[in-house]
Amino acid sequence: MTKIRPETDVSPQEAVFQTRIDAEEKIEPKDWMPDKYRKNLIRQISQHAHSEVIGMQPEGNWITRAPTLHRKCVLLAKVQDEGGHGLYLYSAAETLGASREEMVEALHAGRAKYASIFNYPSLTWADMGAIGWLVDGAAIVNQVSLQRTSYGPYARGMVRICKEESFHQRQGYHIMMTLAQGSAEQKAMAQDSLNRFWWPSLMMFGPHDSESAHSAQSMKWKIKRQSNDELRQKFVDQTVKQAEVIGLTIPDADLSWNEERGHYDFGEIDWEEFHRVINGDGLCNRQRLAHHVKAHEEGAWVRDAITAYEAKKRQRDAQAAA
Amino acid sequence: MSAHMKLFEVFIRSRRGLDHKHVGSLHAEDPAQALEYARDVYTRRSEGVSIWVVNSSAIVSSQETDCESFYDPLDDKPYRHATHYQLPDEVNNM
Repeated sequence: MTKIRPETDVSPQEAVFQTRIDAEEKIEPKDWMPDKYRKNLIRQISQHAHSEVIGMQPEGNWITRAPTLHRKCVLLAKVQDEGGHGLYLYSAAETLGASREEMVEALHAGRAKYASIFNYPSLTWADMGAIGWLVDGAAIVNQVSLQRTSYGPYARGMVRICKEESFHQRQGYHIMMTLAQGSAEQKAMAQDSLNRFWWPSLMMFGPHDSESAHSAQSMKWKIKRQSNDELRQKFVDQTVKQAEVIGLTIPDADLSWNEERGHYDFGEIDWEEFHRVINGDGLCNRQRLAHHVKAHEEGAWVRDAITAYEAKKRQRDAQAAA
Repeated sequence: MSAHMKLFEVFIRSRRGLDHKHVGSLHAEDPAQALEYARDVYTRRSEGVSIWVVNSSAIVSSQETDCESFYDPLDDKPYRHATHYQLPDEVNNM
């Protein structure tokens, strides 16, 4: 009897792994997995975590200047959620053997990236609306898709995050709606914010499928479930009407309904800007990173105090026992 | 009767992709034995694909009697819920 040989030279372990993925089963932390799958996931999950944490900065910028106490409480709660989302994601990456220190160090050294949208400044109160509505809206489209990612801890983290994100998008839209129904100046402020955040929001989905560096392998391993262009289209389709309802105009002269495709056609993204911001030359890249480094360094005394307290407690317990 | 063996809590993942859930506890001499006992007691009908056993003494828990002081600050923040924001019907599925 002859054994059927696999077409390629994959190891038996890898064949089992891929069969599992093809059958829509999740991969769990203690399963065997290809080294590249592990590395690819650590890269993606840690960058996702960094995005949540760096994303606290443009919104944190407005907590002290929120127009009412209620809006301030909401914004505070939202920023607190983002910190929590960072924790869920770092923890998921840690199940793959990456340490928190390594991940933070990679961010500080510039080896790990985060969503380029957070390198744009939040100039007006309306930006709190646009960020919730558009940036969280785009993130949700991506994260809903990732609930079906092949790595169990990442998929479960996404379920938890998506549940919480819905409030983020709705509060942002509510801010935009309120401004759009306000004075001419307030409406203009909302429109200006939409103008500034629309294109960077579309860039959040990454390069075109034909240009995407990590896409093909990630799709085969089902780390990614839908392509960048598919997700971007989904976001555009659902957002156009939301803008119409509150009387704001999406800043794209090429935007039009395509009956045949059943989707909106939209203009080309400024890819030069995309690459410039990704590669460190956006308006706030240096500021965002410098702030994270500063916060991390200034928090060192807290971590030191915890360690010292634990040591003291252990010593006392030992003395009491003696 | 001699002193009881250590107490372990047992968690079972019923299927790939789901979280481990607490199913009960048992006494065993060490973690390896606890794992085997857990298999014998808690998965006789293919209830799971993965078992965790944890020393009960390693679990730190909050008490229901502490609820008031522990959770109270969270109860007056309805704005954390998506339903708190009233939006026009056309976009309310957001």
